Amino acid sequence: MMLEVKDLSVDISGQHILQGVSMHIRKGEVVVLFGPNGSGKSTLLKALMGFEGYSVTTGEILLKGVKIDGLPMEERVKLGIGLMYQHPPQVRGVKLAQIAGRLNADASLVGTMAEKLSLSAHLQRDINMGFSGGEMKRSELFQLILQDPDLLLLDEPESGVDLENISVMGRVLNDYLKNEGKSALIITHTGYILDYIDAKKGCVMIDGRMWCVGRPKEIFENIRNRGYDKCIGCDDRAKSAR
Amino acid sequence: MTEQNRRDNLEERDRETIISSGMDFSEKERSGSFLQQDSGLMFARSLSDGLEIMEIREALDRDPEAAGYFGANFRAAGRDFDRETEGGYFIRVKRGYSIEFPVQACLFLKQRGFKQKVHNLIVVEEGAKAYIITGCSASHSASEGIHLGISEFFVHNGAYLNFTMVHSWQEDVSVKPVSIASVGEDAVFISNYVCLKPVRDVTMYPTALLHGKKARASFNSIILSHPGSLQDIGSRVVLQAEHTQAEIISRAISLGGKVIARGNIKAAARNVKGHLECRGLILPEQGSIYAIPEMESDYRDVDLSHEAAIGRINKDEIEYLRCRGFSPQEAQSLIVRGFMDVGVLGLPDKLKTEIENLENSTLKAGL
Repeated sequence: MMLEVKDLSVDISGQHILQGVSMHIRKGEVVVLFGPNGSGKSTLLKALMGFEGYSVTTGEILLKGVKIDGLPMEERVKLGIGLMYQHPPQVRGVKLAQIAGRLNADASLVGTMAEKLSLSAHLQRDINMGFSGGEMKRSELFQLILQDPDLLLLDEPESGVDLENISVMGRVLNDYLKNEGKSALIITHTGYILDYIDAKKGCVMIDGRMWCVGRPKEIFENIRNRGYDKCIGCDDRAKSAR
Repeated sequence: MTEQNRRDNLEERDRETIISSGMDFSEKERSGSFLQQDSGLMFARSLSDGLEIMEIREALDRDPEAAGYFGANFRAAGRDFDRETEGGYFIRVKRGYSIEFPVQACLFLKQRGFKQKVHNLIVVEEGAKAYIITGCSASHSASEGIHLGISEFFVHNGAYLNFTMVHSWQEDVSVKPVSIASVGEDAVFISNYVCLKPVRDVTMYPTALLHGKKARASFNSIILSHPGSLQDIGSRVVLQAEHTQAEIISRAISLGGKVIARGNIKAAARNVKGHLECRGLILPEQGSIYAIPEMESDYRDVDLSHEAAIGRINKDEIEYLRCRGFSPQEAQSLIVRGFMDVGVLGLPDKLKTEIENLENSTLKAGL
């Protein structure tokens, strides 16, 4: 098993955001996470990653069988988990190349990936300073692939990206996920990314709880046609995901 | 004593201190060197055509033109200066010469309680170009020392001067450099100040008078302020001719000391442009940074602006780097080093690397 989340509750500044969330991701599996704004999807990803201020009040998180809740973020990174930010910060004075070099010592891979994602000219720039929305997303995917994690957490990878770039990113991501044993948890609102990756499982999160599990394209069609309200009525509850 | 003897007599610790202010004793990639200890000349030598470098006394004695420069910028600025100086250097780059490697000069404070007072003249004649790296530093034995350095820069029409001053003092040394530059038509004057080591107090407010059309001046400073230090560092540019431009950039990091970052740009002619930028990072609880950007204009058709930002390192930035596998300490060090980016100094690659290495070794110890 790549990831097991058991009865996870998370508070931010004393507010209960996630309540008893359970889910799992098998090795090699790609899971898509749907849910309305403010439902707790990003919170789940950040809690898995170990962001400061995301306090786990109940439950546990196991990555490849190792309990990771309570570990510092950089330790979780070492164990093979990686996050693609939805809104990455600007870091003045730190060049994209500096991080790339740290993430992967293979300079030729750094160069090839930068070229594939049209970032060669960005390597010597301060991270995200003056980057367009699409450039930021490409830079996030670039870093994630160089990091080479086993479990990828992608927070709306396609938001703010034009269709042409979604296709470039989708292909790069799909190629990566074809590698042995790579798994991913992907948040999407637009569903565009589903055209490029082979995801067989989708879940819906509403009000900090996991509701239904099913085929991602069907869930997405349901949400699009009937909205999240009807989606809650679905019998196929999160329980079956356990 | 011969020059070689004087060099060999330098104590190892002193040599290291002098090197830490940018002096390269091998002189492999230098166009000339000058070293003064307290008030005595250790050596002065030009290794390049078109470059003169000597003790100020010698220049004033034998060259009436040099004597004409002495005090001229102070007279032009309507300011007085201390005449009781002893020593200092005279550097002149002859008309049209472009000096490839940097010229190095160092004023070293050795004796306990010594009051070093120097007057330097730097002349870059028409169309000439030079990089000067000047280190001022103090021996471990030089406690309670005082350094007063007067410098006058003459950057003539079409000339280019990049002057980088590296200070490497001791905790109980007081430093007061006073300098005025005059910059002619189409000339460029870049003045860099790097101070990474502890010092008791530094007060400086160099001024550039841009009297020739299209003259440009940049003042850049990179300051690391240690606990107990007071660094009052400012610069002033007077835009006296049309289409002149000035930029004042300051990057200060307080490790517990106090930094006052002043900047003043005065538009005294039409169609001029000036920008001030001050960024400060305070790492511990008790450091302090005070930014005072000032702009004045006597005219409407000018473009003056400033930006200033002071604070701690953004938590989100640290977290972002941790998310890429850096430890919190590594993340902080990466951000701090990026903050003190020597790219702003406009240096040739070799010199840039030298300053970066100085920064790295100081930061490693300081953080």
